Amino acid sequence: MAEVPIELRVNGQERSATVEPRLTLADFLRERCALTGTHLGCEHGVCGACTVLVDGDAVRACLMFAVQADGSEVTTVEGMSGADGALSAVQSALRDCHGLQCGFCTPGFVVSITALLCDNPHPTDDEIREGLSGNLCRCTGYQGILQAVRQLAL
Amino acid sequence: MKSAAFDYHRPSSADEAVQLLADLDGDAKVIAGGQSLVPMLALRLAYLDHLVDVGRIDELRGIERRNGSLWVGAATTQASVERNDELARSVPLLARVTPFIGHFQIRNRGTVGGSIAHADPAAEYPAVAVALDAEFDAVSTRGTRTIPASSFFGGMLTTALEPDELLAGIRFPVWTGRCGFAVQEFARRHGDFAIAGAVVGVELDDGGRVQRSAIGLIGLGSTPKRATTAEAELAGRQISDVQPDDIGAQAMAGLDDVPTDLHGSAAYRKRVGAAMVARAWADAVTEATGG
Repeated sequence: MAEVPIELRVNGQERSATVEPRLTLADFLRERCALTGTHLGCEHGVCGACTVLVDGDAVRACLMFAVQADGSEVTTVEGMSGADGALSAVQSALRDCHGLQCGFCTPGFVVSITALLCDNPHPTDDEIREGLSGNLCRCTGYQGILQAVRQLAL
Repeated sequence: MKSAAFDYHRPSSADEAVQLLADLDGDAKVIAGGQSLVPMLALRLAYLDHLVDVGRIDELRGIERRNGSLWVGAATTQASVERNDELARSVPLLARVTPFIGHFQIRNRGTVGGSIAHADPAAEYPAVAVALDAEFDAVSTRGTRTIPASSFFGGMLTTALEPDELLAGIRFPVWTGRCGFAVQEFARRHGDFAIAGAVVGVELDDGGRVQRSAIGLIGLGSTPKRATTAEAELAGRQISDVQPDDIGAQAMAGLDDVPTDLHGSAAYRKRVGAAMVARAWADAVTEATGG
């Protein structure tokens, strides 16, 4: 099957590659860009661990082929912190509120929360719960994550 | 990589897309947002030789009032539907059902046409299309034909689209007058496919009688269903005489292919479905009567 050339920007950096069409964006980021912050849990769109921004919109990187991101601007969790490694506001809030334990789901939450607050800087509690409903966490019981978003939403 | 290998095509116009579908002669599948198709490929429930990506074709995207209806381009994302004021005014049921689809990350990619062409009987847009008598524009190199929603859904994940046809757009009738619309769904978790759900529209005349009604059923058969018997029973009735629970029960009568799976038996789904219809009916009537 024919490989396809693609060009996209990932965390501000130009990337060119030739990929098999069946390569997901998540696998492209992890294996071809060595950006392993994008985690893969279920690989069929349920868990949200692989959430990244494509042209500013939060999407599941496992439900998109890399060829479909040709020409797009992709931001992963690695692009959320400052150049010096300083935590973003969302990352700091998660740390402050014990919003993570094992950390596997955390990159997806960081991206989803960042997108949620970009669209709606002051969400209500219901809006926060709705906004986080697409990301699964098996450790925290969610309360710390909700608290982190509440702290940011003030 | 979890999907089986395939070739990828990204045509830049609808003409180019239908030419590809004709040339590939039944070996191709159309992808737009991919939020249903990619999981099926990942789980290897689907295999195909060619993917034709129509997600970036501008003429397949947009939301416009055209004559008495609202045209929605097939590749319009569900997130765009959610944010569109004209759509919320013209076809409130479509706007109100959208937040029930997956999660916002899914709606950023998922499209209206994709949901309809995928034809999952537990999905929201197919039920709205059937309830409102929407019309679908199917294009191919042979021309354009209009398919009414009532004859579009043939069975589980099966539609009247021919292999060389592309769903280009959907026209939803715009209801005016004393109307009310409501959606009720029961799912195990928010964003999951519903165990059962209902979408309801009602229009009342000046005397408070039911002028027309539309009851679409979600997850209660192998296709999206419409409760035509219940609707016929309602025609002309004084709204104050109608008991929502009776409508719920009537809407379940005659359903003969309600699924049984690990989430619930057919009998359970019908009980849930009756309750969802009753609640949605009550909500829609409340809106129509300005209560």
